[in-house]
Amino acid sequence: MAGIPHDHYEPKSSGEKWLHSRLPIVGLLYDTLMIPTPKNLNWMWIWGIILTFCLALQIITGIVLVMHYTPHVDLAFASIEHIMRNVNGGHFIRYLHMNGASLFFIAVYAHIFRGLYYGSYKAPREITWVIGMLIYLLMMGTAFMGYVLPWGQMSFWGATVITGLFGAIPFIGEPIQTWLLGGPAVDNATLNRFFSLHYLLPFLIAGLVIVHIWAFHTTGNNNPTGVEVRRTSKAEAEKDTLPFWPYFVIKDLFALAVILCVFFAIVGFMPNYLGHPDNYIEANPLATPAHIVPEWYFLPFYAILRAFTADVWAVQLASFVTGGIVDAKFFGVLAMFGAIAVMALAPWLDTSSVRSGRYRPMFKWWFLLLVIDFFALMWLGAMPAEEPYASFSLIASTYWFLYFLVILPLLGVIEKPLKQPETIEEDFDAHYGKSDTTPAE
Amino acid sequence: MFKNITLGTVAALALTTSTVLAAGGGDQQIEDFAFSFEGPFGTFDQNQLQRGLKIYTEVCASCHGLKYVPLRTLADEGGPHYSDAQVRAYAAENFEVFDAELDDYRPAKPTDHFPENNDAGAPDLSLMAKARAGFHGPYGTGISQFVNGMGGPEYIASLLTGYTGEEKEEAGVTLYENTAFPGGWISMAPPLYGEDVEFDDGHSNELHHEAQDIAAFLMWTAEPKMMDRKYTGFVGVFLLGLLGFLLYLTNKKLWAPVKHRKTV
Repeated sequence: MAGIPHDHYEPKSSGEKWLHSRLPIVGLLYDTLMIPTPKNLNWMWIWGIILTFCLALQIITGIVLVMHYTPHVDLAFASIEHIMRNVNGGHFIRYLHMNGASLFFIAVYAHIFRGLYYGSYKAPREITWVIGMLIYLLMMGTAFMGYVLPWGQMSFWGATVITGLFGAIPFIGEPIQTWLLGGPAVDNATLNRFFSLHYLLPFLIAGLVIVHIWAFHTTGNNNPTGVEVRRTSKAEAEKDTLPFWPYFVIKDLFALAVILCVFFAIVGFMPNYLGHPDNYIEANPLATPAHIVPEWYFLPFYAILRAFTADVWAVQLASFVTGGIVDAKFFGVLAMFGAIAVMALAPWLDTSSVRSGRYRPMFKWWFLLLVIDFFALMWLGAMPAEEPYASFSLIASTYWFLYFLVILPLLGVIEKPLKQPETIEEDFDAHYGKSDTTPAE
Repeated sequence: MFKNITLGTVAALALTTSTVLAAGGGDQQIEDFAFSFEGPFGTFDQNQLQRGLKIYTEVCASCHGLKYVPLRTLADEGGPHYSDAQVRAYAAENFEVFDAELDDYRPAKPTDHFPENNDAGAPDLSLMAKARAGFHGPYGTGISQFVNGMGGPEYIASLLTGYTGEEKEEAGVTLYENTAFPGGWISMAPPLYGEDVEFDDGHSNELHHEAQDIAAFLMWTAEPKMMDRKYTGFVGVFLLGLLGFLLYLTNKKLWAPVKHRKTV
């Protein structure tokens, strides 16, 4: 499967040969598990396994929860309490599912920022990157719709605000919003379709995950140096790589155990820490909460959505040029989706020929600023829309776009990169000493 | 360098940037009461829950319901832990429920829930201790909750002790000044003054203690499986810690020849 030369599965017994000539499934599993992996991968390369685990955890706990949940506006909230009080182990399964979403997003952000720092998005891995962005979008959709299902106050008002974004699209917005909601407002029809889609989308994510893995198994993994594995011969490739099994499987499982240890402590001892108290109040269309705040993982983009108010000159310009079609609300929606779009376009916006941030002295600092910017936006998204938070949000949002649209293209031209190692083996030996024997099995 | 920064900050900051602004406003004064159920090792105090139930029954129940709480759970271990007979007697003595089969009201049984109560327009209290957050800071980040907890029961106890005695009338409704309530004025008249109930064991019934007892009881109604949950948490952390340790050793041994460890 991979372009890196390595041993392939050879059926030995007659039974294996019989199966292999009909369905080469063992060969597929073998080639997937034994894929040559750069041996210098650091601890930021563990998040893929964590994410795969999260998807499985969410699907399994979700399937159990569905057995006890009732998607109806009059019964949904009570059915959650039924799960919490009467279903055997229901309280723990529900808390696992609730906090599992947070673990999922912590892992996906770590995974994305790792890709941004080490240039994993650059050629030839653009498809892997774009598929990853699609997975991320689907995750956000799934998480958003899942949050509506308990039918608490934040479920209801979050759904009202977010579907209202579609209403901001000029001309066709309102029919689209009505179509999404299944009526003029968030109601039983909305709850039912969100329930249906919340069950469907994870399986689409699972499909895309397979494509994501397929894509990077074709190009090979990136690594902290960004230097490609030598492919001219199998012997050379083996100096740069180790098979995924057992070396990286064991390493990743160790990381997974440590992270799950923390995760179980959160679920066991403070399961509502990342949630919002208002969602323990049943949805009431007549009482608007004082502050409508999305879940923490949406906050950076929520901050960008709110940053562009009518008094910002860029918004006024857009409004003037389009004859008022692009108003502040629509501008905010464009900015929010644009913030993810520019990230998806990073492979084409980054002009540097050097892949890894390790060898880019200027890039390093701009990237660090982007990470700080991300957390600043997360904090600002939770603050009320008033001064000084509004100005901070505008500055932070502007930097997000500046990074992708100006800094990334410019750095490739003006930056003088540091010397990269010739090979992955050189980098690895610099850390662990020169190899004198072939690696043990 | 960035390896550590990203690893550390993403995990730590993402966890601490909680979004708790429910009650909003920095003008609330929430006292940090010490409850027996705080922290990973905290457990419910069975006697306190029983006292809280008595306060609920004699005072709160006249306006507030507990519609999500089944009466039978009063017998649960990790709850007030009454005997089945006591629960049966308590249910029959204190509540009547409508039975569709009889088409009439009858005394409540353990299988019924606490009744709903909408007479005074007062909110249901089943989940109140989880539906409010007493602590928000610093700067709205909610980081303090990591140490103090969400502050739901603290909010309830502070509200009950937070009346200043001032009242005002607005649009025909009497409002009472309260230092814990967002906005400072609440439409609920002070429900507790101290010495509102007599406890069989002679436990203190001054206002501060009553407020704490009812807040603890409402934490139990909101999170009846709390002790089960913490137990499962400990089992999970222990087993995963053990697994992590074994995997650490396995990983170390597996990579040792590759990394040419400079151990002699």
